Amino acid sequence: MDNEKISLPQYDIPEDMQHAIAVTTLDRLYNWGRRSSVWPLMFGLACCAIEMIAAQTARYDMARFGMEVMRPTPRQADLLLVSGTVTKKMVPAIVRLYNQMPEPKYVVAMGACASGGGPFKEGYNVVAGIDKFLPVDVYIPGCPPTPQALIAGMIKLQEKIDKQSYKKSRWYDKKKQDANYVPVPILGPDLIDPRRNEEIRIAAAKRENEG
Amino acid sequence: MTTPALTSIVDLAARFPGIVTPDARPGFSGFIVEKDSLVEVATAIRDEMGFDLLTAVTGVDYLPENKMEVVYCAYRTTGGPGLIFKVQVPRVDPVEVPSLIDLWPGVDLQEREAWDLMGIKFTGHPDLRRILMWEGFEGHPLRKDWKEGFYEEDTKPFKSRWPDGQFYMAEDKNPFKDNLTFPQNFDPEKWIPEGDALLYGALARYTVKNESGLNTDRIVINMGPHHPSTHGVFRAVMTLDGETIVGLKPVLGYLHRNHDKIGERNTYLLNMPFTDRLDYFNSMTNNFGYAITVEKLMKIPVAERAEYIRIIVSELTRVQNHLIFIGTLLNDLGAMYTPSLYAFEERELILDIFEAISGARMMCNYFRFGGVVRDIPDDVMQKIKGLVHERLPAKTDEMERFLSENEVLVSRMKGVRMIGAEDAIRYSITGPVLRAAGVPYDIRRADPYGIYDRFDFDVAVRHNGDLMDNYLIRIDEIRQSLRILKQAIKQIPEGPINSQKPVYQVRVPAGEAYGRIESPKGELAFYVVSNGKPNPWRYHVRPASFVNLTALEKISVGNKIADFVALLAMFDIVMGECDR
Repeated sequence: MDNEKISLPQYDIPEDMQHAIAVTTLDRLYNWGRRSSVWPLMFGLACCAIEMIAAQTARYDMARFGMEVMRPTPRQADLLLVSGTVTKKMVPAIVRLYNQMPEPKYVVAMGACASGGGPFKEGYNVVAGIDKFLPVDVYIPGCPPTPQALIAGMIKLQEKIDKQSYKKSRWYDKKKQDANYVPVPILGPDLIDPRRNEEIRIAAAKRENEG
Repeated sequence: MTTPALTSIVDLAARFPGIVTPDARPGFSGFIVEKDSLVEVATAIRDEMGFDLLTAVTGVDYLPENKMEVVYCAYRTTGGPGLIFKVQVPRVDPVEVPSLIDLWPGVDLQEREAWDLMGIKFTGHPDLRRILMWEGFEGHPLRKDWKEGFYEEDTKPFKSRWPDGQFYMAEDKNPFKDNLTFPQNFDPEKWIPEGDALLYGALARYTVKNESGLNTDRIVINMGPHHPSTHGVFRAVMTLDGETIVGLKPVLGYLHRNHDKIGERNTYLLNMPFTDRLDYFNSMTNNFGYAITVEKLMKIPVAERAEYIRIIVSELTRVQNHLIFIGTLLNDLGAMYTPSLYAFEERELILDIFEAISGARMMCNYFRFGGVVRDIPDDVMQKIKGLVHERLPAKTDEMERFLSENEVLVSRMKGVRMIGAEDAIRYSITGPVLRAAGVPYDIRRADPYGIYDRFDFDVAVRHNGDLMDNYLIRIDEIRQSLRILKQAIKQIPEGPINSQKPVYQVRVPAGEAYGRIESPKGELAFYVVSNGKPNPWRYHVRPASFVNLTALEKISVGNKIADFVALLAMFDIVMGECDR
C-alpha cells in the first residue's frame, strides 16, 4: 500500500465526536511536520541566490509554504539549495557543508548551472552540475529561475517528502546512516573526486600511451 | 561616436626617445615601453603627466607573433581621456615583467590575476600567488595554447553536434569523462594538496610585531566562502590581535566562471548574455559597457532613441542597486531583513519594467551594437514616469527618514574610517567609495560615454571617507540618478532603436578598444582586441568589485573585527563580477 492510501482514515468516527477526534497515520503526521518546516541553508552561490532572496521577500513570500527560516549554519538546516554555478574551487566547501547537515536532508539544484553547468559548462573551473557529487532531489530549470519557479520547485520537494515513510527512511536505519556521506573532493592539478581515483589513474596512464 | 576615442594627449615617445615607441599596429593606440625602463616611464606618467589612477592591468597572449603583452590603462582623476601603455616580452617561460606595485598598490590583485591566468611573472611583486584558481592547478588557462577538458573547437559557432544523426555529449569525448585534464601518468593517491600553506605564509609575513611587550596570541580567522555576510562566496583570512585585525588576505575565485576564456571563444554578439551574469544586480550597465567597447571597435553610431533608452535603463539599474545596497548593509549591521524588504519592494517594480521591455527580470540581454533590441512601449513608459516622478523620490525620502538619523546606525558608522582620498587613488578604487573619500571622479562626467554630457546632474561627493559617508553617498546618487531620469524621459525622441541591421555576426575590424562606464559599483571596463575574425582575440573584463577589493587589506588593518562586515559591505561587492 502506498503512502497516500495509508494516510486516509479507515475508521468511522461517530458523528457527535467528529469535531473532537481525527484519525491519521504516524507517517502523515510526521511528514506534515517536516514538509511545513523545511529549513533551507542560507547559502548563495551566484545569480540564482538573488532570485532566492527575492522569493523570500514580500511579493512572493516563500514563508507561506513554511520555508522562511534560512539558517546560516549547516547543522541547523535540512535543505541545501544549490543556487548558482558550482566551481571546482568551491565544490569541496559545498560537499563539506552537505556532510555537516543532519539527516533527513535534501538537495535542490536551482538553475541551469547547478543542474548541468548551464552557459558556463565548458569553463575550466566549472563543475557540470552538482549532481556529479551530491544526490539531487529536485532540479529547477531557468537562468535564473523566477521566484515562482523556485516556489514550484519547493512544492515539488514537499510532494516528495509527503511520499516518504519513516519506516523505510535511511536516517533511522543504523546501517544506512552513513550512506549519504560524500568524500570531499581534492584540489589537485584539476579537481580530484576520491571516488574515481582508480579511473583517473588508468585514464592518465593511457593518455601517455596514446600521446 | 559620442565616446571619446582613446587618443593620447601626451607624446610619451618624445619624452623618452628610444625607450618608448607609439603602437603603430592598425587600430591600436598607446605606447610600447621597453621592459627594463617600465618603472622609470611609469613614474614619469604618474608624477610628471598626472595620470594618477591606474585602472587596468591585463595581459594579452599573441601566440602567432610569439609575444606576450601587458597592457596598462592610466587616467587622470581630474578627468579626460586616458593613456594606454604596453610592455611586450617574448613568449618564453619565464615571462617576466617588472611589477608596478610600488607606484600603484592597486595593481596587486590584477597582477596576481595576470600571473594566474596568463603566466606572466611580475618581478618585485611581494605576494605573487594564484588568485582565481588554486595553488597546484596545472597551467595558465588564458594562454591560447591551453585547452580545458571540454575543449571542442577554437571558435564558436561549433560544427554540428550530431553529424551522423547521432548526438554526443562533451563528456563522451574526454578521456576522464568529465570536465577534467590531468597530466600524463598522474596518480591521484600520491597527490599532496598544497592546502593553504602559501596563503598562511603570506599572512604571517605581513603581520606587524607586537611592541607592547605583552605576550599575546594571534588568532587566524577564516571568514567564508560560506558566510551570510560576505555577499556571496568571498573568503577573507585574517589575523587578529584581540579584536583588532592585524593582517588580512582576500581569497577569491570561488565563483570564477571563466568569463574571459569563454568570451574569447564566443562571437561578439554571443558575449552579450554572458555580460549579464557578471554583476547580476546590474545586467543593464554590464551590457552598456560591453556595447560601447565593441561599438568603439566597429566605429558605428548609436541610434538617437536608443541612446536615451540606454540612459533610462542604466539609471534605473543604479537606483535599484543602491537601494539593495542599503538593504544588505543594514542586514550586515544587524537590522535583519526589514530594510531589505523595503528595498526589494522597489526593486521588484523596476524589475517589472525590465521584464516588460526585455523579457527577463534579471538577465536582460537588452543591448545590441548600435542600439537596443526592443523599444519601450508607451504603457511601460507611463509606468517609468510614475516611478521616477512619484514613487521612487518618495521612497528614497522614506528610506532616509527611517535610517539616516537612526541613533544606532549613526553610532555604528560615523567616524569609522575607511580610506582617504590619496590612498583611494593609489589603490585604484573607483565608484562611490572613491567619491565618499572626497574625490569627485565619476566617469559619466570625467570621461563621458553615451549621451551623459547632455544631462544636468551633480557628481555626488562626500569628504569624510567614513562609513556614514559611504552610506549617504548612495542616497545622493539615487537622487542624482532620478534627476537624470527625469530629463531623459522628457527629452526622449521617437525614431529607430538601432542604427544597424540585426545580424548574428558583426564585422569588427582589427584593433583594440578599452571601453569603460560608471557602473553602480565603480568603473566597469572591457578591453577587447580584435584580429578581424568573428571572435575577439582577447576579451578582458575590468570589474569594479575586484579592483576595489585590493584596498580591503589596507582598510581593515587596524579596525575591529566587528566593523569588518560593514567595511566589506561598503564595497558593495558582487562575486559574479569579482571572480568572473
